[in-house]
Amino acid sequence: MTKFIVRLIFIKCLKAQPICNDEHKNARYNFCLRLADNNLILAQRLAEWCSKGPILEEDLAITNMSLDLFGQAESFYDYAAAVIESNSSADELAFLRSEREYLNTLMVEQPNGDFAFTMMKQMLFSAYTKLLYESLSKSVDRTLAGLSAKALKEAKYHLRHSSEWVIRLGNGTNESKERVQFALNELWLFVDDMFAMDENDEALITIGVIENTKDIKPKWLMFIKQILEEANLQITSNTNSISGGIKGIHTEHLGHLLCEMQYLQRAYPGAKW
Amino acid sequence: MVKEVSDITVQKVWDVLNQIPDPDIPVISIVELGIVRNVAVKDNNVEVIITPSYSGCPAMHVFKEDIITTLTNIGAKKVEISITHSLAWTTDWLSNNVKEKLKNYGIAPPEQNSETEVLFSNKKITCPFCSGTYTKRTSQFGSTPCKALWYCNNCQQPFEYFKCY
Ligand SMILES: [Zn+2]
Repeated sequence: MTKFIVRLIFIKCLKAQPICNDEHKNARYNFCLRLADNNLILAQRLAEWCSKGPILEEDLAITNMSLDLFGQAESFYDYAAAVIESNSSADELAFLRSEREYLNTLMVEQPNGDFAFTMMKQMLFSAYTKLLYESLSKSVDRTLAGLSAKALKEAKYHLRHSSEWVIRLGNGTNESKERVQFALNELWLFVDDMFAMDENDEALITIGVIENTKDIKPKWLMFIKQILEEANLQITSNTNSISGGIKGIHTEHLGHLLCEMQYLQRAYPGAKW
Repeated sequence: MVKEVSDITVQKVWDVLNQIPDPDIPVISIVELGIVRNVAVKDNNVEVIITPSYSGCPAMHVFKEDIITTLTNIGAKKVEISITHSLAWTTDWLSNNVKEKLKNYGIAPPEQNSETEVLFSNKKITCPFCSGTYTKRTSQFGSTPCKALWYCNNCQQPFEYFKCY
């Protein structure tokens, strides 16, 4: 029996490694929550496409990506709760927090717009997560590394799919080019917010859990420029940017999204399938 | 009458788990799929360590229920399922035998690995029906997270491809 118990304890430890003090625990909690929130909110947006895709294959593609992101969100929520030894379930974190408690980046909460807008958003965001997960998969936090290695495989598919569409639309008709260029101009406003850092990141960098997110941006920009060149699209000269996602300060769209997503749990607390 | 319950062994657990079909692709078992990573048994208490295939794969919930039911049926007192993420599931774990089963079932098995894929790849997947290679991808995403949609120009049949992961 002892061997069995030892084994169980060993597995429990893998779930939440006690490698750091309380301050670091909170930092890791917030960091995982941010990853989860990004995935959840984008997943919810993509799910809005269900049955509205321009063609059947794209309807399947978009909802499959949504499913991947919901799954990633669930894993990161579970891990966030395990880090601070909280009993909160992924469901509670998703459905019972208010707008100001959400830490997602502003890009993912933006409405879908047309197909070009959704694909541009997906490309800009997946290029970021691909690089982020590549970096996190080397983290000293083995659970975070494992979750990221898995998410990375999925992010690569999402990135390939959306990059191809951006290139196709940019080289398509005048109409498609105009629309995808419009999407780029609009979404560029939210690029800086994706790379925002706070004291949680600083704390995690010092103990080697994450790399400096600042290092990701030049790589991201290089990749994006390459795709945009192939797509014959221009980065807007408008250098305005807005940020605040990391502090829970959002655009008006998040509240509306949560309103719909959380309706059932808010109206019927504790409702189960 | 008291039913004789023999002790559960690790081997027996693996054997019965190997009988549980993947709910989406019933010709292969969850063991063959590589979902079951480890098994521990003590005094008829069983612990099964599994890893998810795709993050959002709805079949995971079915796997868990099937594992509990199956092991309870052979007399397990307690069944605990733990999830590991420390080695991400990969299609590289599928054996040649399993790939053959997929092919015979009409699903093209994974070829090479996804790292090598480029934008607008003109990679050809072999048709599971006629073994022709004059094929094209219809969509990177299909009826389940693990499959893509393809079309064979040789036999003019759409087919599914179990994509690299
Ligand atoms: Zn064929």
